[in-house]
Amino acid sequence: MDNVTVPKQDLSARLPIFRIFKERLFVVLCIIGTLFGVIALLLLSYQIFVDGAQRLSWDFLWAMPSRHPEKAGILPALVGTLWLLLLTTCFTVPLGVGSAIYLEEFAQKNWLNRLIQVNIANLAGVPSIVYGLLGLAIFVRTMSLGKSLVAAALTMSLLILPMVITAAQEAIRAVPQSYREGSLALGATRWETVRHSVLPSAFSGILTGIILGLSRALGEAAPLIAVGAATFVSNVPKSPVEEGFTVMPIQIFNWSDMPKRGFIENAAAAIIILMTVIIVFNLLAAYLRVQARRKTRG
Amino acid sequence: MAVDRSLSNRYRREWIVRAGTFLCAAISILTTLGIIYVLVSESLGFFKEVSVLSFVTGTKWGPPNDYGVLPLVSGTMIIAILAGCIAIPLGLLGAVYLSEYASEKLRNVVKPVLELLAGIPTIVYGFFAVTFVTPQLKKILPDLPAYNALSGGIVVGIMILPIVASLSEEALNAVPRSLREGGLALGATKGEVIRGIVIPGALSGIMSAFLLGLARAAGETMAVTLAAGQLPNLTWDITQSMQTMSAYIVTIARGEAPAGSVEYQTIFAVGLALFVITLTMNMLAQKLVAKYRLKYG
Repeated sequence: MDNVTVPKQDLSARLPIFRIFKERLFVVLCIIGTLFGVIALLLLSYQIFVDGAQRLSWDFLWAMPSRHPEKAGILPALVGTLWLLLLTTCFTVPLGVGSAIYLEEFAQKNWLNRLIQVNIANLAGVPSIVYGLLGLAIFVRTMSLGKSLVAAALTMSLLILPMVITAAQEAIRAVPQSYREGSLALGATRWETVRHSVLPSAFSGILTGIILGLSRALGEAAPLIAVGAATFVSNVPKSPVEEGFTVMPIQIFNWSDMPKRGFIENAAAAIIILMTVIIVFNLLAAYLRVQARRKTRG
Repeated sequence: MAVDRSLSNRYRREWIVRAGTFLCAAISILTTLGIIYVLVSESLGFFKEVSVLSFVTGTKWGPPNDYGVLPLVSGTMIIAILAGCIAIPLGLLGAVYLSEYASEKLRNVVKPVLELLAGIPTIVYGFFAVTFVTPQLKKILPDLPAYNALSGGIVVGIMILPIVASLSEEALNAVPRSLREGGLALGATKGEVIRGIVIPGALSGIMSAFLLGLARAAGETMAVTLAAGQLPNLTWDITQSMQTMSAYIVTIARGEAPAGSVEYQTIFAVGLALFVITLTMNMLAQKLVAKYRLKYG
């Protein structure tokens, strides 16, 4: 609670030494708990930087994977990740925003809509590998999309949808009721109200959710392995329906699992690139969130 | 705004949009039904070959001969417990500091760092386990194998720490200020108020944070596949290599198991078991959250 103001207690005047000791110890433990995460992040970044920085170069970006670590690059994985990001965005944005609009603006309070809401919360907790199994059975086999980027992107969309829907719902809920009432009073229908009053105000909040969802999709490897992302791909994917592709996290996984020291360095360098993108996404989301807050307050 | 459109046209559009957005929302139900259908129907083929009883109680996992899931379940549980040993105490203490002691300024620095920690891909944690945590542990335990449950548990603990901390903080913040003031007025120190009043008051929320963190740890895949290895192992010895349920699925999926083969079906049976375990934990967590919402409304 930030707003509880406790008058500065002069502990030594009133309390026995043991109670003072306990009080101080507790604060120290709490600080350790807080710092642990920060220190872990610093250590992790340092370790990755030390391992990977010297491998970073344009050649590394443009080269194909290779048996020789010093010649290997990430081009197929990079292109695969960009394709995946693009396709996932196309599938996720309409579905996510549509669901959020329905749940916040149109849905009546009945058992079906309550079920949808509870269900979304539960889906958010399903392990990503289970989505991979779903994608393998439905998209890869039943719909016979094969081990393609489309199948992977559909799987990834289902995985991040709960996150995107929840964020979009929160953004829509934050739009003041008076905006809707004003629009409805002018004779607009519900949809016209949503389209012209609610969505423009909720835009940056919704965008934040989408960006965070995509940043999750960027780092996921497990479901893609399940839908058949190949471990060794020697050509750049030309179309999203073609069989055989790889993405950055899977390339990192393969390299991390190899005994040769050179591959560990490659993995670290690939992590630096992946993390840079993810950090940029997170900063963008943080910036938009501040913007959104300013808008609904003002 | 198009005001001149005829009324019936506008109403038709209204209904199309309503139906369309409803279909979007229905996808989430279809996803759940799809998951259950796929896991159950593919597992049925497997359970024709192997009885459910021997699957659930068997202590040896070694396809194509032994199909006892217990070693995989124990591997998953041990990693989750190890992760919990790190994330639960540290996450709760961190949450207490952020919610009760930290200044606004410090909170604005630490919270984004924790958010970033939560956003790091799990494969990166796996890399960190292999290149940093295991070598460091080897300095203390020279006999430690390259793949071991301990190092996997530690990095998964770091991974779920932000979840535990931020959800616990939410629960602590929900405890009304008047309860704290009552405690302070009775002469308790701030620490005593936190331990005796605030934490017990937020307990159901905190427990739910723990459960959600553990469920995440149980479903975690890439970090444990890299760090803990690929050996199904029914043991309490955390210095040994262990395979979790999700790591098994990934290992089989990486290889070429032909569709319809028993080996291919095992990943769905294991997936079903994992789904049931994590779903139970998540639903329990939601029940607990609902309880503390009810309490402080």
